Amino acid sequence: MPDVASPLRGREKIAVRCTQVALAVGLLAAWHYATATKTVSSLMLPPPQDVVLQFIGILRAGTFWSDLAVTFQEIIVSFLIAAIAGVALGFAASRRRLDVQVFEPLLAALYAIPIIVIYPLYVLFFGLGPNSKIALGATTAFFPIALNTITGFAGVPRRLLDASRVMGASHWKMLRHVLIPAAFPLIVAGLRIGLILAFLSIIGGEMLASYRGIGRLIIDQAEAMNSARMYGYIVFLLILSLVLNALVFAAESWVSGRRRHRA
Amino acid sequence: MTDRKHVVMATFRRPGWLRLYYVLLFLLFWEVAARLYNDPLFFSPPSEAALALVTILSDGGVRHALAQALLEIVVAFLLSAALGIALGLLIGLSRFAYHTFFKLILILYGIPKITIFPLILLYFGIGAGTKIAFGFAHGVFPILEAVIAGVQSQDAGLVKAANAMGAKRRHFFRWVIFPQLVPGLFTGMRLGMVGVLLGVILAELYVSYFGIGYYTTRFSQNFEPAKLFALVGILAAMAIALNETLRRLEIHFTRWSVSTLGSA
Repeated sequence: MPDVASPLRGREKIAVRCTQVALAVGLLAAWHYATATKTVSSLMLPPPQDVVLQFIGILRAGTFWSDLAVTFQEIIVSFLIAAIAGVALGFAASRRRLDVQVFEPLLAALYAIPIIVIYPLYVLFFGLGPNSKIALGATTAFFPIALNTITGFAGVPRRLLDASRVMGASHWKMLRHVLIPAAFPLIVAGLRIGLILAFLSIIGGEMLASYRGIGRLIIDQAEAMNSARMYGYIVFLLILSLVLNALVFAAESWVSGRRRHRA
Repeated sequence: MTDRKHVVMATFRRPGWLRLYYVLLFLLFWEVAARLYNDPLFFSPPSEAALALVTILSDGGVRHALAQALLEIVVAFLLSAALGIALGLLIGLSRFAYHTFFKLILILYGIPKITIFPLILLYFGIGAGTKIAFGFAHGVFPILEAVIAGVQSQDAGLVKAANAMGAKRRHFFRWVIFPQLVPGLFTGMRLGMVGVLLGVILAELYVSYFGIGYYTTRFSQNFEPAKLFALVGILAAMAIALNETLRRLEIHFTRWSVSTLGSA
């Protein structure tokens, strides 16, 4: 097996970087060419310069803040609901082996269903406001959090539990000093997956049926046939998602790092 | 307690029965809550939904929409698996390809694919192509990632042993690489299936001429929650069935690979 993943040496690095840059430039060039020669209607795919201009215009106008706030609020609230419910239920289900055997397959089966199919029900029940998005986000994020919590708590090595019981630890002490530290990495991973899923599903929900929010802004432009501005908002969304992903991964590393030092 | 009572109690303590019990309990709770809430325009008890199930399935249009969706899902998944495995092997086994493309793949995996939906719609139009493409866009990345990771984590000892025994390239693939790839691959494929389901159904909901999206919109706007619940229930059952199929396949194939490798 060739040694594939080890860090690149000098000449290899140059070759790789050149290829990546060439690909990026090539894509941009193809985009420009397609729109400049009118091969593609600019209504469907606007020229890159127009998209850039619109994006800058969006930032300058500053009207996106209220919708960003709505989206942000939906994400936070749905994540908190999912986190609290998921960890609580996950912990409760992990206490007896029988409960784990009963509930884990149930949750895993439900996790396989794209929650978006339930979204029409939420919209019918909660309306077009933020509540339907919060319900969607919370439901979507609940499953990975609960599943990871069950696995985390149920997978604590028996010998740790036995040892602490022999040393006379109370339930509370065991929880605080043995169970939680042992389960922590998995729970945090579950929370990370949940937050990202909540974000993705809420944007999707806003694009399908909503009054406010970033997704709604994109759809507004689509319906008004302002393709360039729509792509401008899409670029905005892309940057938002990259920032969110970076923050979430950084938070996870920071939290894991701190725990390791304390242990 | 008599022996028989012990046996009966022991049987009903088995997880399968308890799961059924909790599901029935949930259905009962739903039924009672719906009856108490009593607004047939917005919420429907499971009994109504079950009746509506019969009604909507007798509608040829609904059956066609469901069959269409299932077809799109299967095609999108097969495409995702085929390309995911092929590209994954190429990228995972080549130093140059890995370093050039892997970061890009991870980034693409993390961004909301909704952002490229307008492009897909532009290129494929309103028909099945868009749904399949969108499903593919969601499903291919977990499989790609799983294959690349699987190829990287090959047991060096096994590779050396096979080499020493004079294995040709195709022997390598059949007896060393693929068996070790299988467990991770199936996990990736399960995630891929979830992604394909999401992509296809999302596309159907956005742009639907006579598909699932058309019917969900129609049932919502006509305030027929029972039919909506029934349709959603069918889709959920479809998702669970597909996932279960993959799980069974996984058990079948990992059993084989473990026994081939023996105590490795």
